[in-house]
Amino acid sequence: MRRKGVSYAKYGYIFSLPFILVFLVFSLYPILYTAAIGFTDMKGLIPKPIHILDNPFQNFKDLLLDNASFRQSLVNTGLLWIINFIPQIILALLLTAWFTNKRLNLKGQGTFKVLLYMPNIITASTIAVLFSTLFAYPMGPVNSLFHALGWSDAPINFLQDKMTARGIVGFIQFWMWYGNTMIVLVAGVLGINPALFEAASIDGANGVQTFFRVTLPSLRTIMLYTLITSMIGGLQMFDIPQLFITPAGGPDNATLTTSVFIYGQAFKGSYMYNKAAAASMIMFVIAAVLSALLFYLMRDRDASKLKKQLKKQKQAAKAAARGA
Amino acid sequence: MANLQRNVPVSHGINKTIIYIVCIFLAVLSILPFWIMFVNATRSTPEIQSGLSLIPSTHLKTNWDVLTSKSFDPLKGFFNSLIISGFSTLCAVYFSSLTAYGLVVYNWKLRQPFFTFIMCVMMVPAQASAIGFYQFMYQMHWTNNFLPLILPAIASPAIVFFMRQYLLGALSLEIVEAARIDGSGEFSTFNRIILPIMVPAIATQAIFAFVASWNNLFMPLILLTQKEKYTLPIMVSLLRGDIYKTEFGSIYLGLALTALPLFVIYFLLSRYIIAGVALGGVKE
Repeated sequence: MRRKGVSYAKYGYIFSLPFILVFLVFSLYPILYTAAIGFTDMKGLIPKPIHILDNPFQNFKDLLLDNASFRQSLVNTGLLWIINFIPQIILALLLTAWFTNKRLNLKGQGTFKVLLYMPNIITASTIAVLFSTLFAYPMGPVNSLFHALGWSDAPINFLQDKMTARGIVGFIQFWMWYGNTMIVLVAGVLGINPALFEAASIDGANGVQTFFRVTLPSLRTIMLYTLITSMIGGLQMFDIPQLFITPAGGPDNATLTTSVFIYGQAFKGSYMYNKAAAASMIMFVIAAVLSALLFYLMRDRDASKLKKQLKKQKQAAKAAARGA
Repeated sequence: MANLQRNVPVSHGINKTIIYIVCIFLAVLSILPFWIMFVNATRSTPEIQSGLSLIPSTHLKTNWDVLTSKSFDPLKGFFNSLIISGFSTLCAVYFSSLTAYGLVVYNWKLRQPFFTFIMCVMMVPAQASAIGFYQFMYQMHWTNNFLPLILPAIASPAIVFFMRQYLLGALSLEIVEAARIDGSGEFSTFNRIILPIMVPAIATQAIFAFVASWNNLFMPLILLTQKEKYTLPIMVSLLRGDIYKTEFGSIYLGLALTALPLFVIYFLLSRYIIAGVALGGVKE
């Protein structure tokens, strides 16, 4: 005879075991190993005995203080993220306002959503090479179009100019992600209590007022979530800058992101595994700080909700006491 | 005041027209690059260089011959990608469902700490462990092997998180109790009764896991160095190289071939994909 409710707890461990084992072997150990490599002199294609450096933090120091490309890569990653995220969130909000406005009652929303989200699902590598071919010099489709429309006298070498190269990489990221952000925000709006919109409409608020006074404040958490996940995703930006321009990161390191830098250090030319590992760890710390921030904000929301509920209960209790 | 009110329906109509124009412009912006890609895949290089066209031509066969006469083998890449993405998706959804079930149904001591831990590691970027992962696999002689691209999917924190949310809403513990009374073991309860309940969640997550694995460039690029092991995203990078420098028709065809399976998946499943994206954001 089994005793009631005792013998099943072990299955919790058994069912979680594959996850835990695989995580330990394929995630945790590699992270610790990467961190360890960051303190050593491991480099070169042929394995040889490795040593911890006399100053263990030498690689980190070199990267942060002496390595202009690494610092440039951090700046580029930030810059490329900003020029993609700001237009992305503005356009996504605008579309959200339109798509959720009941008075406008736009037709074909489903089709628009399907089409605007489409670039997000296509392989980023394919898109990178496609855009690089579309912007080819001197006779790519974009140059043909500019010429036909009379926008340019001579073909433009988009990929060799620092500003246009950055601009296009930023645009590709924007173009791939605004549909995703828009769908998330629309879903967020649909989750807002309809009574709020009814109240606003009874009070005579117009579309713009409703959007800024009701919709936007209610979307705060979901926008914070979008912001931080986009930052963590942007930090890892690799496929587009790696394949858009050869050599990767050009022209003149203008599109060199941190991930492209790590890949280049470890797997191209000098095989500087130690430098790449140290750079990975710096990136990991930035991602960890961002994640912690996200975690804190999400927890905070639940906690404040709980507080509000308790307050309400107290008030109700008071009211009940008064009534009695 | 009266004047203003009379203008309202008119300006509303104009607004609506502007909104439609913007939306159609954005839709065209989404389609046009891919349209040009598919059209140029059928045009010869001289045609492509003579200017833009939106109408297909007749050189598909020539482009295919040029494309496959060099190092680009789209079928090989397709099958490599399919094997890796297929098995990693199976691993990801099955073991994530199992872990989520363990988290929801059983009351074990480390349940809450384990869940908090999953939340914490959800955002760890792949690049953070890449160098150590590569060295580890190199020492195990597992480079140029598909296993290191498949097995890590068993630990997919984001999918576990999603499955847990789903189970909390969809599963009643009475079903589990009833199965126990009928003498079903815990594993067979999970496989025969719980998995079918989870099918909607599994389908959504499977689509996203498959697409993510299919599109992944970073890890395969590091681990796979033999040409016959290349996945499609790595093959795309071959198109950037010198060998196709002037063969624009073949470059477009190569790109079109790598994108085609995703277009098919997307247009068959777009409803579920859009719903899944919306759900992912709201559930947080």
